[in-house]
Amino acid sequence: MGSSYGKLMMWFFLLSDAFTFSALLVTYGMVRSSHKAYEGLIEAFTFSDKYWPVPERVFEAVPFLHGVEAPLVFVGIMTFILIMSSVTMVLAVEAGHRMDRAAVEKWMLWTIIGGLCFLSCQAWEWAHFIHGRGDGIGASLTQNEYGPRDFAAFFFFITGFHGFHVFSGVCLNFLVYFNTVMGTYDRRGHYEMVEKVGLYWHFVDLVWVFVFTFFYLV
Amino acid sequence: MASHSEDVVVNVIPPDKAKIAKLWKTAGILLAITIVEFIIAFLFDAGAAKTTVFILLTIVKAAYIVGEFMHLRYEAKVLLWSILIPLVFVVWMLVAFLYEGTQIGTVRF
Repeated sequence: MGSSYGKLMMWFFLLSDAFTFSALLVTYGMVRSSHKAYEGLIEAFTFSDKYWPVPERVFEAVPFLHGVEAPLVFVGIMTFILIMSSVTMVLAVEAGHRMDRAAVEKWMLWTIIGGLCFLSCQAWEWAHFIHGRGDGIGASLTQNEYGPRDFAAFFFFITGFHGFHVFSGVCLNFLVYFNTVMGTYDRRGHYEMVEKVGLYWHFVDLVWVFVFTFFYLV
Repeated sequence: MASHSEDVVVNVIPPDKAKIAKLWKTAGILLAITIVEFIIAFLFDAGAAKTTVFILLTIVKAAYIVGEFMHLRYEAKVLLWSILIPLVFVVWMLVAFLYEGTQIGTVRF
């Protein structure tokens, strides 16, 4: 198919991973469509387990701005961070094609920083979600103040599984960065490893695009 | 150990400005679409039309990420179709389970 064995296997692994994430998101869709949707005015929305919550009323907190309602702003920032780290990754791949070790080092480092920023944001978001808005019971796998119990369960499962992918992506990125600094790829004569890990990193960004739409926007 | 790498002669090829500009342009498009989604989220009330627009924009973003960043557009066509065709099963899964979910809803409530 015109690609090396390693790249092909990465593609087919990502295809199987795409099935896993699709299964999770489709299950979310199925459970959500089996619940009643909120039908009143968005301004009059209150949290209840009688209907599925409106996501923009759940995710409206931003760090350091306690009590300020800023729907979807924080998750927008997280999306921005992940897209930017995708660009730095693709620039590292491009530098690898040119055997430019200094540029690969620079862009891999930015990608790692982007990944760590995203993970920190997610840690804050989870802490806030679990703690709750201050006047309720918060959220766990057994109870949640935002709506039906399944809502919190899917939040933990889907964003958690994605976050775990980001975490392993950061580890792989660090491994590639380390090998680049040590000159392993210069001795090997090519930087294909950057390309393979790059595919994985872009896939993580791709999944986030879908999570963003189906969990936060719709 | 590190000193070994100095023995290797590496020819660094200078960067291709046009290629790099194209990558930044793709990133710009992705960010612009996300901002548009963000605006739509507040301007319009929830409904089938809004959901459809969101799904279409998501597919456009996915196409840019897979096509440009993951370079799939420029790979051999056999590879492209080997990745895309199996995803038809996801569409089927989506339709079947959303229908199932709605039916469960009518029975339960």
